[in-house]
Amino acid sequence: MDLESAKLIGMGLAVGLGVIGPGIGIGLVVAGALEAMGRNPEASGKIITNMFIGIAFTEALAIFALVIGFIIKYT
Amino acid sequence: MDGGISIHLAPLALFHIGTIAISNTFVTALTVSFLLIVFAFFAGRGVTLKPGKFQAVLELLIMYPYNLVRETLGNDRLAERLFPLIMTVFLFVLSVNWFGLLPFVASIGIIENVHGVSELVPFFYPGATDLNLTLALALVAFFAIEIAGITTLGILKYSGKFITFKSPLAFMVGMIELISELVRLISFSFRLFGNIFAGKVLVLVIMLFVPYLLPVPFLAFETFVGFIQAAIFALLTLFFTKIAIEIHEEEHTSAGDSVHNIVPLTT
Repeated sequence: MDLESAKLIGMGLAVGLGVIGPGIGIGLVVAGALEAMGRNPEASGKIITNMFIGIAFTEALAIFALVIGFIIKYT
Repeated sequence: MDGGISIHLAPLALFHIGTIAISNTFVTALTVSFLLIVFAFFAGRGVTLKPGKFQAVLELLIMYPYNLVRETLGNDRLAERLFPLIMTVFLFVLSVNWFGLLPFVASIGIIENVHGVSELVPFFYPGATDLNLTLALALVAFFAIEIAGITTLGILKYSGKFITFKSPLAFMVGMIELISELVRLISFSFRLFGNIFAGKVLVLVIMLFVPYLLPVPFLAFETFVGFIQAAIFALLTLFFTKIAIEIHEEEHTSAGDSVHNIVPLTT
């Protein structure tokens, strides 16, 4: 296996495996938020804003996987 | 590349001024800025105390996010200062994203020599597929957040959030907060870049496989993604500012009060 194909496989693995966790995490965040909104519809506005913060923090991990993928590919 | 699709991570340069490459994403961003400025000029010129139909719609569109910013920050003075920035970032990102979906974008251009292969270089290309643009926006948001925190709390109190010697644990937590503050630059810029770039590649691949009809739902999805990403960029700037102007010690005492602050946003 030459270096170029190893880099391609590495990038695919890094990004593909790296987004599993954040995917589950975002699902849990949104599930919790929807349940809370169902129980207390008046608080929807506050819950949605907090949900977006939670999603952003979780999604940041997926973005790190993407960055690592780019680093593997282009350095 | 004959027949295949060409995907470039870096934006393609249209022409050079001296040693500075003027890329097509930069031209797109400038065009969108120009259109927004012209729109703002004409929308702001005919403002009257008794609003007409056009002005009433504009006021409605501006008052909803303004109330959201005011309620979230809970500080009218800061809201007045920060709202123009947040709204500008939102409008600019939204316009750049939606401008990138217009038919003439990424299809009309000149044939140029790119990395030894002659290839079509479009005049316009979706602006957020350029990491330079998103990183610049992230830097603006980052400095806005830090400056809002420093001016609200004062430089000693604000830096005390990150560098404390009260206990070893507090010191470590402060260091982690400092790192997460800096990491925001990466997550801010790569979130917008990754979403729009992936969307562009997705539409290109779909167009290669099934050129007719099938790209339509994907373009509709891209319209939605463009709006969501613009909203998330602006909202995250807002929320991080809210975190920056809060002090940790007060969180426990104000926890009881926050129950009364739950205001439905759709009033």
